[in-house]
Amino acid sequence: MDTSQFIQRDETCWEIPAKGNMRVPAIIYADAQLLQDMDQKVYEQITNVATLPGIVEAAYAMPDAHWGYGFPIGGVAAFDPEQGGVVSAGGVGFDISCGVRTLHTGLNIAELQPHKQALADELYRTVPAGVGSRGRIHLNHENMHGMLTGGAQWALKQGFGEAQDMERIEEHGCMAGAESKYVSSRARERQKDEMGTLGSGNHYLEVQRVAEIFDQTVARIFGLRIDDIVITIHCGSRGLGHQIGTEFLKEMAMSAAQYQIVLPDRELACAPLTSPLGKQYLGAMRAGINCALANRQIITHLTRQAVARVFPGIHLGLLYDVSHNTCKLEQHTIAGRKKALYVHRKGATRAFGPGHPDLPPVFKETGQPVLIGGSMGTNSYVLCGTKESEQRSFSSACHGAGRAMSRSKATKQWQGRTLVDELAARGIIIRSPSMRGVAEEAPLAYKDVGAVVDIADRAGLARKVARLEPVICIKG
Amino acid sequence: MDSKAITPHWEHFEHEADIGIRGIAPTLEEAFEQTAVAMTAVMTNPDQVSASRAVSIRCEATDNEMLLMDWINELVYETAVHGLLFNRYQVAINDGILSATAFGEAVDRKKHQPAVEIKGATLTELRVYQQADGSWVAQCIVDV
Repeated sequence: MDTSQFIQRDETCWEIPAKGNMRVPAIIYADAQLLQDMDQKVYEQITNVATLPGIVEAAYAMPDAHWGYGFPIGGVAAFDPEQGGVVSAGGVGFDISCGVRTLHTGLNIAELQPHKQALADELYRTVPAGVGSRGRIHLNHENMHGMLTGGAQWALKQGFGEAQDMERIEEHGCMAGAESKYVSSRARERQKDEMGTLGSGNHYLEVQRVAEIFDQTVARIFGLRIDDIVITIHCGSRGLGHQIGTEFLKEMAMSAAQYQIVLPDRELACAPLTSPLGKQYLGAMRAGINCALANRQIITHLTRQAVARVFPGIHLGLLYDVSHNTCKLEQHTIAGRKKALYVHRKGATRAFGPGHPDLPPVFKETGQPVLIGGSMGTNSYVLCGTKESEQRSFSSACHGAGRAMSRSKATKQWQGRTLVDELAARGIIIRSPSMRGVAEEAPLAYKDVGAVVDIADRAGLARKVARLEPVICIKG
Repeated sequence: MDSKAITPHWEHFEHEADIGIRGIAPTLEEAFEQTAVAMTAVMTNPDQVSASRAVSIRCEATDNEMLLMDWINELVYETAVHGLLFNRYQVAINDGILSATAFGEAVDRKKHQPAVEIKGATLTELRVYQQADGSWVAQCIVDV
């Protein structure tokens, strides 16, 4: 897009002053190059978000922002319930609480190397991935309720994972305020056989090598050393979250007039936080967050089992689990006053800085780990939250690279089999049920995640700690 | 030009993160059928799907656009819950009520090589309209 549409506030901060129906300015964090490469739709969508009732400070777009539905992907916006603030299903997204978690293995690359193929096969056999895959767990009505209200803590009680995992998950593994009664029978039906499945699209399980350390002190606290092997899981709330998103998106679009909300675009569908519909969505969306947390917890358990079959006696500790499609009630300081705000992060990662009360003691000094997933065959990054990001973006950072090319263009340009062979020649093993799926997720179909992370670091949204390179990718 | 001269067809259109599905046909019903074929084509090659099973679908909405969204979401649900892929559809629309039969078969991962599952139809680029030649266009972005 054209950078002359913005006032450049500093090296990485570009502002669109409030105009027309905008209640607050819109701010994009980027450098001139990233901003030029962004779709004009990001401009339209972020300025539209700035018109919504009760929005506080500004509508923000992260350096990886791209065209979403209603909100841009990479959009952050906080709403004050006391000023008629709203909650938006599109501002959370269909894949509620889609996120990333990273596990330590205690192995280094030399120890992994002779067993790489065996580990790839074992992980691919153990973790259900791709369209039409089913989990080994069937949820009955009672279990479903437990899962929707208990999240990863419910999964732990069912025997998936370890008690010490919980403090290393946002919300300590259980999102409070989930109301399973607002989760429809259709959403439950979509989920009952999908627990512990990766899904498809850009979701994956990846074995990665720590290839570079940027901050030795924080890396030590995060337990990351050069050449260490970690395992990262990227997936979300599966069919349940998608169905909740689908139903409330429609409901909110139909009810906007009733709540006298003027939408610049129907896809910005939202409802007042204090309205019955807003409360119902919050209850259901929080249950969706629990579903995602439980899902990643079960996949963690399956991963541990698979790795232990190749490396008997091994222990996989959790580094951290982050979510990037959420709306959460948080305390933020506005003009010197503490306010309870509902922060939407659509394709953006929470990035609490040092000393934040919600962080476990181990991360009090460093800020929370911010896990930035790459795409298949590209780098991923570990960052840490900063104090400045509280002022910059309600403690939020980017979440990934974002696509540079549509799926259809990618399939025209690449063949799955050729990509798998090319990546194998670079020492990266890909396992996927669908070669077309591999082509759609081609590494070059995504923007350079390194450039996005550099801007997040320079903008003070989060600080770079380590770079991870893929070794094995199980692609959904 | 007579809209009847237009052969019903479908296409995909660009969206940065997701994908657009579009049906174009002489009648509203056929356009809805074609949009659904475009949806199948997001997941797999529709020619690889055989029509050995039939599923009845009914939905109701206040306007054609919401009806299209409901129609696609019904199919997403059938695929998600019953593991079905469809290659052919028969749609009737009367007074905002859609009654349809979708023909297809169970997902076979070897045969269909499904690339991606669809999470849902979005309101983005959701449009149902008649062109100057009388033909109908029905389209939206699906989240994958």
